[in-house]
Amino acid sequence: MNDHDLALARRGLRRSATFDPATIHDIQRAAATGIYDIRGGGAKRPLPHFDDLLFLGASMSRYPLEGYRERCGTDVVLGGRNAAYPLHLAIPVTIAGMSFGALSGRAKEALGRGASEAGTSTTTGDGGMTPEERGQSKHLVYQYLPSRYGMNPDDLRSADAIEIVLGQGAKPGGGGMLLGQKISERVAGMRTLPQGIDQRSACRHPDWTGPDDLTIKIAELREITGWEKPIYVKVGASRPYYDVKLAVHAGADVVVVDGMQGGTAATQDVFIENVGIPTLAAIPQAVRALQELGVHRKADGVQLVVSGGIRNGADVAKALALGADAVAIGTAALVALGDNDPRLDDEYRAIGSAAGYYDDYQDGRDPAGISTQDEELAARFDPVEGGRRLANYLRVLTMEAQTIARACGKAHVTHLEPEDLVALTIEAAAMARVPLAGTDWVPGQGR
Amino acid sequence: MDALTVPTREVDLATTPLRTLNALLQGREVTGETPLGADEGVTVVNPRGAHAVAVGLDAPRQVRVAGHVGYYAAGMNQRADVVIEGNAGVGVAENMMSGSVVVRGNVSQSAGATAHGGLLVVEGDAAARCGISMKGVDIVVGGSIGHMSAFMAQAGRLVVRGDAGEALGDSIYEARIYVRGEVASLGADCVAKEMRPEHLEELAALLKAAGFEDDDPAAYTRYGSARTLYHFHVDNASAY
Repeated sequence: MNDHDLALARRGLRRSATFDPATIHDIQRAAATGIYDIRGGGAKRPLPHFDDLLFLGASMSRYPLEGYRERCGTDVVLGGRNAAYPLHLAIPVTIAGMSFGALSGRAKEALGRGASEAGTSTTTGDGGMTPEERGQSKHLVYQYLPSRYGMNPDDLRSADAIEIVLGQGAKPGGGGMLLGQKISERVAGMRTLPQGIDQRSACRHPDWTGPDDLTIKIAELREITGWEKPIYVKVGASRPYYDVKLAVHAGADVVVVDGMQGGTAATQDVFIENVGIPTLAAIPQAVRALQELGVHRKADGVQLVVSGGIRNGADVAKALALGADAVAIGTAALVALGDNDPRLDDEYRAIGSAAGYYDDYQDGRDPAGISTQDEELAARFDPVEGGRRLANYLRVLTMEAQTIARACGKAHVTHLEPEDLVALTIEAAAMARVPLAGTDWVPGQGR
Repeated sequence: MDALTVPTREVDLATTPLRTLNALLQGREVTGETPLGADEGVTVVNPRGAHAVAVGLDAPRQVRVAGHVGYYAAGMNQRADVVIEGNAGVGVAENMMSGSVVVRGNVSQSAGATAHGGLLVVEGDAAARCGISMKGVDIVVGGSIGHMSAFMAQAGRLVVRGDAGEALGDSIYEARIYVRGEVASLGADCVAKEMRPEHLEELAALLKAAGFEDDDPAAYTRYGSARTLYHFHVDNASAY
């Protein structure tokens, strides 16, 4: 109990676990405004996560690699199953799809700069491809979304990979949203929308409705792009075992599974917090689907990219150990660019937030100039400096993952395996399908 | 069968892989095949309902398909003029950018979905979701269209010489719809609008471009956005 709660308790006042202060505030806000809360970011509620896993490390029975001396590879190849030109990435950490519109053009440019410097890919979003993003991204994944805003065959052919988006972790089953204050003249032009309206884009693709149709759609995209480019299918984590199987059957080269901690630029809070499953629970289901289809970690296999709550190299290593081939970061990449910088705390407070808490990406008043279309605010952000910071962060993630992999005796980060992991909680053990630490008990596995 | 007005090469899909056809049409190198000349047209025979026929074209080329096609025929077309002498499956001319696609028969759902430009003519009927999320294309349908057509239609014109199914133009943005027959029901925020002289003029031009110049534009009703849902407000929640 903190000092404030202790003082209240001494006065005989007890906080309700059901109607806590945040809940009471939500009810009061709803009653005052008559509309649900919209915000950015991912699920904030406590969830079983990578923090609930530990690596065992080498000891008598395992042989570690020398840190800083013995090589521990980090490169990954994505999309070689059907594409003539798969992506060869230097590190297993990619940048997730975030739209121009949600982010400023300069922020998108910085993501491209940082990713390229680190040898990895970045991804467009629900708003088309900008020249500054294409120009600064060595490996650019072009998202194919239900809205098809800005979708055109020239950009499709200039992309290095295509990602068909069925959903995202923050809102599986929901469509895009960009509120009027961010629909600037340029954003409106790229999306063929009236300037300043509230954009609520479709949640379903307009010209296919199920996995059989998706098979035909993927074949069409391959025909249009000459069978050159890897085709990803991205799903929000809800039923990953079935979704991954269907995506592979439909012809995906890469499947992206985004857990509920994955961020969004603008979605209803009730949606973010109550729909989807945690990243930790999604990975083993996705891996099982790939294994049953015989395409997991095979030369001509289908790669799994996992996103949603990746923050440090330990998270990267744990995702890879559970079977992901790579991870994608969104929220963490924005923080690396300068989002929620404590030096801007006064300005965050002036708009009703605080450094470390800012998630009103829908609002367009971002003091860091990242999630805005306001030219004055956007001009505050230096894409070269932002790109450098992102590259630094990506290097740290990679080195941290290598540190753990070497300690587990692995010559490549993707050699990490579930056997290297234990769980701290019964919930995490059941979800990740690794033993509870100090036991050989995997809940639900009958042993 | 329509005759092309340029020198024509015949490609038989009964003996030629689809990938070869599309690569040729897109100007990609194909082993054993002579590249198409700049003005050379293509007649595709025996399409037999194949999907993704003549997709991703990006040249002012005449293409005639002698038969029925499956999904996504002429998808993402740029500059080419494609005539399909049969029926077409789901998503004909999806995301077309420019050029034209003419279907002599009927089409399945999502015809012209998200298309940004060009002209799509369907001489028969179109099923559900015709013109869904259209972004600038012109679509002229000789017959009737199914439900949820012009859903979230953003820009362009949709002309229907017959009837329209339920929920026409639901959540429409700035696209304009002209229907001569009955409309089963209008979707959220879609309303009938006055036919002013400029609308009669643009409709006459569209009908002429599609080969229906004998129609009287005054017999049509214009539909478009009431623009009441452009900004979400709780008072409109029941409209969704």
